[in-house]
Amino acid sequence: MIKLIVDNKPDVLARVAGIFSGRGFNIESITASITMDPGITKINIGTTGNSATVTKIQNQLKKLVDVRQVSRVRETKFGQREMALIRLNLTEKNKNKVEKAIEDLNCRVITRKSDYCVIEATGTEDEIEQVLKHLKPLGMEDMSRSGIVAL
Amino acid sequence: MKLKGAQILIRSLLDEGVDTIFGYPGGAVLDVYDEIFKEKLKHILVRHEQGAAHAADGYARASGKVGVCLVTSGPGATNTVTGIATAYMDSIPMVVFTGQVPTAFIGSDAFQEADITGITRPCTKHNFIVRNVNDLARTIKDAFYIAGSGRPGPVLVDLPKDVMQAEAEYTESAPLKPGSPDTMYVPDVEALNHVLDMIKEARKPVIMVGGGIILGKASDELRDFVNKVRIPVTHTLMGIGAFPGTDPLSLGMLGMHGTYYANMAVTDCDLLITIGARFDDRVTGKIDAFASNAKIIHIDIDAASINKNVLVDLPIVSNCRSALRQLNKMLEQNHFTTPEKERKAWLDQIDEWKEYAPLGYSPGENIKPQYVIETLYKLTKGDAIITTEVGQNQMWAAQFYKFNHPNTFLTSGGLGTMGYGFPAAIGAQVALPDKVVVDIAGDGSIQMNIQELATVVNYNIPVKVVVLNNGFLGMVRQWQELFYGKRYSHTGISQIPDFVKLAEAYGAVGLRAMKPDEVEPVLKKGLDTPGPVFMDFAVDPEEGVYPMVNPGAPISDMDLGR
Repeated sequence: MIKLIVDNKPDVLARVAGIFSGRGFNIESITASITMDPGITKINIGTTGNSATVTKIQNQLKKLVDVRQVSRVRETKFGQREMALIRLNLTEKNKNKVEKAIEDLNCRVITRKSDYCVIEATGTEDEIEQVLKHLKPLGMEDMSRSGIVAL
Repeated sequence: MKLKGAQILIRSLLDEGVDTIFGYPGGAVLDVYDEIFKEKLKHILVRHEQGAAHAADGYARASGKVGVCLVTSGPGATNTVTGIATAYMDSIPMVVFTGQVPTAFIGSDAFQEADITGITRPCTKHNFIVRNVNDLARTIKDAFYIAGSGRPGPVLVDLPKDVMQAEAEYTESAPLKPGSPDTMYVPDVEALNHVLDMIKEARKPVIMVGGGIILGKASDELRDFVNKVRIPVTHTLMGIGAFPGTDPLSLGMLGMHGTYYANMAVTDCDLLITIGARFDDRVTGKIDAFASNAKIIHIDIDAASINKNVLVDLPIVSNCRSALRQLNKMLEQNHFTTPEKERKAWLDQIDEWKEYAPLGYSPGENIKPQYVIETLYKLTKGDAIITTEVGQNQMWAAQFYKFNHPNTFLTSGGLGTMGYGFPAAIGAQVALPDKVVVDIAGDGSIQMNIQELATVVNYNIPVKVVVLNNGFLGMVRQWQELFYGKRYSHTGISQIPDFVKLAEAYGAVGLRAMKPDEVEPVLKKGLDTPGPVFMDFAVDPEEGVYPMVNPGAPISDMDLGR
């Protein structure tokens, strides 16, 4: 994952994204949000590629005038998190299994109706992958992932 | 005192030391042109906005200063895009001002509206849209600083019409950041020590230089360095003039149309010291076979250029001039001496290659294009500023004119823009009025910006144009000859205007040579004629550029054309 500290300007995300698209790199996930300093935005980008490729991306990103800092985040000492919202169909048959899975996987129920529920999972990228893997066969209808945020 | 945005723009340009701008007016920049009318800023009116961008680029390359152009919104702005991309690929410092519809109309598909900052994002070093007149002066200052610092490049500033009409206080603002490009990007001394060790160990070293030497104004330091270490030097297309082409240690250009001896030397060397070059595919040929026996040192101001195409053994991120100065100092302190015996064996080997396949061509009944350039070299005593178009004309110019000084060979190396040479020559001539400026062109590419004939006549800009007229889009035809079974699909352009009459129609002088013995008299007459001159040379239609490395082949694998 690549972490960028950038000036909070309207076109900065387009510039960053342009480096990826123009040079044939892939964005797997992206989050951007304002920091405690309103003039500064933090962008987290998940990308794939070997170490040399990621270094090339970093070097190109560093050339952007609005980019102040580029770093590669493998594991930060302050940790990184991702959130997923998952909608599951509820039937008489799967109800108990779903309840148990939610408890085992440490998920939170946000909405519960008679025929479906929406749950929230938060964790590392790997943990989210695990949650999705478990819930898929239990009647997962839809899901949405936030992308990684890191300090 | 409060000034209008348009006045702030002109005042800022004058405060930056800008003496000339190239431009074309339109609705969105009427306020700016009204101020130009009142102020003493020299403005060259081109006949197409692409011409303005290339002229600003040529001005920058010839003078070493930042080139400036000004155009209107919409089509005026989009017409500069090829010129901006050309400058971007060759790292040329340039600031492009574009008009824009009033801020309230932006995003409404207004008349002559184009999202030019969006369009040019991938081909500018940076760009701005100024939405508030209070930010204008600061933005212009930043634009010039960004264009000229570090690895230079074009910067675009988009100016909405209402911002040009609004008022603000103007005081000249301070530079963006403390420190000049010179003091930034200083080399790591430890690494430079390692360079000296590697030079001492090498038996067959080669220095390869690129446009970074010229942009970094490091030619003197390079010459000093080469004199100390006695290592042969090859240059890329962009590095022409970085090191004297007539020096016995010069190997000439390497790569696809490089010299036999440069390509052999780089392939065989055991140490390649690359300074201010970026290993373009036209230079390296097959990457795996490129300098495969060598340790590679790469000195470049742009960290992103290092290990991008070729993996190197010693990367040094630095301004070329600082690195070379420091190396020269260290060589003096260490009392460095060349290992004469070993170096002689290497230089003898190179001499053998030079003897085996010097640059050449076979004279015939028709005018040979190479002969035109050789004669031009002789008559100008190698002292002209040469611009080129793109294709065969460009490669022959690179091969057969010998350049001893930086900033004298102006060519679109990275983007390969046909139509570059003529407007670039205008820019160069305006920057250096006392120099002889010659555009070496083909009959195809000259037609891409031929409207600038009106500009040179308008201002009596004494640019000389040498058209190597073979009735073909020659380089593409050459590839069709070699790789597409001589199927000359749409490269025959015998339907071309009579360039002599055309020049005369614009009010310039037109001359023509049909036979070899007419070449010298025509060139002589053309160069001696004041004002702009068009010279049309009917050259051998199917002459090719050699040596040639087939695309994707190792650079040692050359077709010598014989």
